[in-house]
Amino acid sequence: MSAVLPITAAQAPHSEGVWRTAWRRFRNDRVGMVSLAIVAAFLVLIALSATRVVARHWQAEVGVPNAPPTFLGPRPPEDLGTIEAPKGPNVDLSDVDPLAPRYKEWAERAAQMKTAEVQRQETLPFGGDRLGRDVLSKAIKGTEVSVFVGVLASVLATTIGTLLGAAAGFFGRRINDFLEWVYNVFTAVPDILLIFAFAAVFGRGIGTVVLILGLTGWSGVYRQVRAEFIKHRGREYVRAAEAIGASAGSRMFRHILPNVSHVILVRMSLLVVGFIKFEVILSYLGLGVPVDQVSWGTMLAEAQSELILGYWWQLAAATLFMAVFVTAFSLMADAWRDALDPKLRGAE
Amino acid sequence: MWAYLIRRLWQMVPTLIGVVVLVFLLFKFFGADPAVILGGLNATQEQVAAIRTQLGLDRPWWVQLAIYLKEIVTFEWGRSWATNEAVSNLFATRLPATLTVMIPFLILDTLVALPIAMWVAYRRGSFSDRTIMVVTTVALSISFLVYIIIGQYVFGFQLGWFPVQGWSDSTLTNLITFVPLPVLLAVMVGVSPQTRLYRTFFLDELGHDYVRTARAKGMTEGTVLFKHVLRNTMIPIITNIGYALPGIFVGSFLIEVFFSIPGLGREVLLAVNRSDYPVIQATTVYLAMLTMLINLATDLLYKVVDPRVVLK
Repeated sequence: MSAVLPITAAQAPHSEGVWRTAWRRFRNDRVGMVSLAIVAAFLVLIALSATRVVARHWQAEVGVPNAPPTFLGPRPPEDLGTIEAPKGPNVDLSDVDPLAPRYKEWAERAAQMKTAEVQRQETLPFGGDRLGRDVLSKAIKGTEVSVFVGVLASVLATTIGTLLGAAAGFFGRRINDFLEWVYNVFTAVPDILLIFAFAAVFGRGIGTVVLILGLTGWSGVYRQVRAEFIKHRGREYVRAAEAIGASAGSRMFRHILPNVSHVILVRMSLLVVGFIKFEVILSYLGLGVPVDQVSWGTMLAEAQSELILGYWWQLAAATLFMAVFVTAFSLMADAWRDALDPKLRGAE
Repeated sequence: MWAYLIRRLWQMVPTLIGVVVLVFLLFKFFGADPAVILGGLNATQEQVAAIRTQLGLDRPWWVQLAIYLKEIVTFEWGRSWATNEAVSNLFATRLPATLTVMIPFLILDTLVALPIAMWVAYRRGSFSDRTIMVVTTVALSISFLVYIIIGQYVFGFQLGWFPVQGWSDSTLTNLITFVPLPVLLAVMVGVSPQTRLYRTFFLDELGHDYVRTARAKGMTEGTVLFKHVLRNTMIPIITNIGYALPGIFVGSFLIEVFFSIPGLGREVLLAVNRSDYPVIQATTVYLAMLTMLINLATDLLYKVVDPRVVLK
């Protein structure tokens, strides 16, 4: 053929790959690009927070309790109505005080101890919590934890869903029947109840939350990956791979998987949003991250009692961070879906 | 019809067995030792051993599974470990409260979302359509918790329109006094996803040829929308409500926790916190059963809505 049609590589009609096409489509999506930028900014913030560049001292009690945000100004001093200190000279009791001889010794020993007297600030950039911790640092740290949990759990769920879906779709028959049965079992129990049952058994902690969400949330991915594998397993390129002796594993993961990976990616990004919301609720209920960590959920739990006293800033900070991130992420996921799989447009 | 019904019921058996086995294995191999939980912190070795014998925990696991299956079939779940209340009694007393909140919620949610969705789908691409889509996206991204916290603060505490929380013995008092605020907040949260979903259903139908034909015949827009499009859109909408139905039995557990409503959802959460295994296991298995029955009922309902559907 090449002798008859001398086409050089540069001239060859080069078909565009699915990723390149998708990127071209995505670039024209203004909403998608803006949300991608916001998500990227958040990821940078999370990276900085994870490497302890920012928000390292989120646990330090730097301000007065419930310090107001700087733009509101310090709280007016309260009139405590205490009794005035007596003005007269101190009465010398040293001749009757049995501890008097040792006062000097104790004073010397106390002088040896060094206590750092932290000057607590009256106001903080975005206010302080009950203990005087900086709400902004907490929100940044909380973003790290919440997003980390959401992303990791969705990676776990996607991995489980993809492996099972690939096996069911590719092999069919017995394996398919068995996995369909497992799928039916997991979807028969309402989501939240399944999560509770797992939470009751596995205990608390960040790792546990990831595990629980991952183990209960894979069914959607499974369903779609299975459908895709059923569609692809009879296609010619897979038959061709079989003809040249590719093993089942190779056909599944080296040939079919790259061709359906865009579908999986879209599913995964949709899962992230749902898992972040679940993490917030679990943490609020005390089933999520432990007390020495902070996430959006624990911030909201603290904020509830603060709001009644009029300290609204922690609630505002957690809500704002979460709303901006989740909105941007879901818009980005929608844009990805439209770009990668135009057939799915309007689904969900 | 009957053949279909029997076959569907028959198909439920393996799934149900799966749920039972899943719950059993989960608690058996990953959960803490029930005897230690029951014995408490001060239990001696002998006490723990005695509890173990009493519960049959010292026997092989297949015997335990058999005991467990017997409990399910005979509806004899024993008592809650924490309160010593019979689990069946727990269901009977907690479910009414959950339903008192969730049924008005489900009805209102659908009644509010449906007209909005229909309207924005009809005026697709217009300013109001885009505004509603943006508003629902933002509304969806704010946690349910925030709605409840602010809602309780503003409506219950600042304005004093509703009691912040509470419950009474009389259903009427509950419906008039205690239910409005939780339902209002839940509808505020629930309307956004519902509107978006229903909008896509309507858009799907509006794109079909029969709509064009109906318009070409000279039908009024009202007839096209309400007689043709609405009826067809009811099919996916009913599916969707069918999927939502099992959820109302657990209630929105968050609502029940926040508003101190003595419902099933709150009870499950309490059970999780107290490691009260019998309650969690019973709820999980029975709700799985209910879910499957409701899904079957939804499928049967198709036939009523859409005569073209053939059940096979």
